[in-house]
Amino acid sequence: MIGLEHYLIVSAILFSIGLVGVLRRRNLLMLFFATEVMLNAVNIAFAAISHYYNDLTGQMFAFFIIAIAASEVAVGLGILIVLYKKYGSLDLDDLASMKG
Amino acid sequence: MMETLVYIALFAPFAGSLFAALFGMGKRQVFVGIVASALLFISFVASVMLAIYVVKTGTPIHVMMMEWINAGDIRIPFGFVVDQVSVTMMVVVTLVSTVVHIYSIGYMDHDKSFNRFFSYLSAFVFSMLVLVMSDNFLGLFIGWEGVGVCSWLLVGFWYHKPDQPREVNPSISPSWAANEAFIMNRIADLGMLIGIFIIYWNTGTLQYDEVFAQLPYLPQWILDAAAIALFIGAMGKSAQFPLHTWLTDAMEGPTPVSALIHAATMVTAGVFLVIRANPLFAMTPEVSFFIAALGTFVAFFAASMALVNRDLKRIIAFSTLSQLGYMFAAAGLGAYWIALFHLAAHAFFKALLFLGAGNVMHAMHDELDIFKMGGLKKVMKWTYLYMGIASLALAGIPPFAGFFSKDAIIETAFNEGTYVLWIILVVTAGMTAFYSFRQVFLTFWGDERYKQYGIHPHEMYKFVLVAMSPLAVLAIIAGFFQPWFHEFITTLLPDYEMSHHTHELILVLTAIVLAFAVGGIALAYKMYAKGLKRDPKVENSFIYRLLANQYYIPQLYEEMISKPYAMISEALWQKVDLKIVDATVDTIAKFFYYTGDGVRKMQTGNLSNYLNWMAVGGVALLVVAALSAVIG
Repeated sequence: MIGLEHYLIVSAILFSIGLVGVLRRRNLLMLFFATEVMLNAVNIAFAAISHYYNDLTGQMFAFFIIAIAASEVAVGLGILIVLYKKYGSLDLDDLASMKG
Repeated sequence: MMETLVYIALFAPFAGSLFAALFGMGKRQVFVGIVASALLFISFVASVMLAIYVVKTGTPIHVMMMEWINAGDIRIPFGFVVDQVSVTMMVVVTLVSTVVHIYSIGYMDHDKSFNRFFSYLSAFVFSMLVLVMSDNFLGLFIGWEGVGVCSWLLVGFWYHKPDQPREVNPSISPSWAANEAFIMNRIADLGMLIGIFIIYWNTGTLQYDEVFAQLPYLPQWILDAAAIALFIGAMGKSAQFPLHTWLTDAMEGPTPVSALIHAATMVTAGVFLVIRANPLFAMTPEVSFFIAALGTFVAFFAASMALVNRDLKRIIAFSTLSQLGYMFAAAGLGAYWIALFHLAAHAFFKALLFLGAGNVMHAMHDELDIFKMGGLKKVMKWTYLYMGIASLALAGIPPFAGFFSKDAIIETAFNEGTYVLWIILVVTAGMTAFYSFRQVFLTFWGDERYKQYGIHPHEMYKFVLVAMSPLAVLAIIAGFFQPWFHEFITTLLPDYEMSHHTHELILVLTAIVLAFAVGGIALAYKMYAKGLKRDPKVENSFIYRLLANQYYIPQLYEEMISKPYAMISEALWQKVDLKIVDATVDTIAKFFYYTGDGVRKMQTGNLSNYLNWMAVGGVALLVVAALSAVIG
């Protein structure tokens, strides 16, 4: 039987994968993918817990997150395209211009 | 109705001050002086109406303006009382101030800070009125500090004058003199403040009547401590030894200031305090006797310095000091009403004397050395007349005001059986007569020495001379009000009557005092009336030099107090301030600076690094949350 803890474990694993992606990747596009993975990890946790408590609020929240993630990607990709046109690269090591 | 009058009397000068302040930095505007004078005159009229009311009904007017300090058990209202004592002071203060204001319009004629002067002068009168009208010690203290500040502003009015060595100008410079006056008063004010604390601590109130009602239940040593502390405050304001040097140096201020503040009103605040707190001082006979002895000493001490001084204003300043000594002698001996009477009479003739000196100074182009004057009575008839009257009053010649008041003080000393004080006071009366007339003769009689200095003296403006006339009239007639004043004031102050024995001897006593006074004048006439004859042998004698240098007390203060103080300050600055206080603050600043500099390297500009740091922060927060969940 697949219980709540299984969902949560999947969610945690997915989140960790996303986090490692955010931390290790140098390419901005990859960073975006990694954040998407993390967001969807959270969505899984929301949906699972929502079902567990018989409360639809969590699932509603998951939809919200999906909607926000979609708009974020739309805006973010736009910015990435502009960045690529300007610098010819999406590698973070090449984009460091504000050194303290 | 009466309450309105109280507020008019109190706040009219304040309004005048604010009005003049509006034009403070601007060009000289005569109407500023006129408005300020008019407002003061209104205050004077209100004071006289209040005086008439108090005389008629005999009941004091007590008004409470507002709740002032209300914190926990402390309850101090801001109230004013117009009783026999304060109304006397109000009339004297506003009368002299009005004359001085009008006088200043003429005297400060050419000064570019004319408007500013009136602002300060009116502010001073306001503070003085707060001082005398307050119904509690704290209000008195506010007025006390207010007059101190105004005195500082006015003594240092010509602050741009440079410092000079003590040999050239004994007061060094106006700003130096102003600072000296202020600092000396601060020292004394600490005593005053402690006195107020002692009173509050032991009675739980600062209202005069409530405090005095509780006095009989307090132990003697507390009464003594409070009386001593309050008297230290009085010593500073009234320039009693050893805090006396500031008064003569304060003559650096414009002459109307000397007349108003350093002769007629502010310096009498100390005497006023003793009179106001008479129930306290009456219960501390030792302190009172000390006051009387110190007053007598100062009377003699100041008169001795006036004997040889060459500076017109300083001579009058020394005589003020001496007369304040007389007042303290009377107050210390329990004759409070006589002290107050002398205070009022003295205010009139001393203000007149100072304003006359101002006329002379104006005529002589700010020359104050009486050795360079002489024969001025031809060109300055009215000033001569005024100063003659004032000097006669000061010397205590009947029927002028000073005779009645000073004679009463000297009789008091005899009546109390303090014959040493009596002898000193009698001798001082002779000295007073001598130095007053030495000054009159050297200024107005004899050869016209000013001619060789190329000075063309001229009489003061007519309206100034007219404005001075009320003071002259009062200097002549004030003494006749003595019996009436006695009856009026003793409804509030304790009565003081001469014993039967003194009564029998009164003619002899008066004759002795008069003989000394006339003798002093005669001696001055013999020595100076024909002209100035200088005797180098006398001038080089030890005593002459001692007196001319004010017993070397200013030098002593400089060497024993100012210089060591400067040295200690220097050491504290170098050792404590720079090495401990500053170093601590600097260390804290450096710590933040260096940590900031170290952490700056985090800012690589690489987004990936930032994200890593963010993750570290997130993990750290998680750890903290987990730990606190486990622990708490």
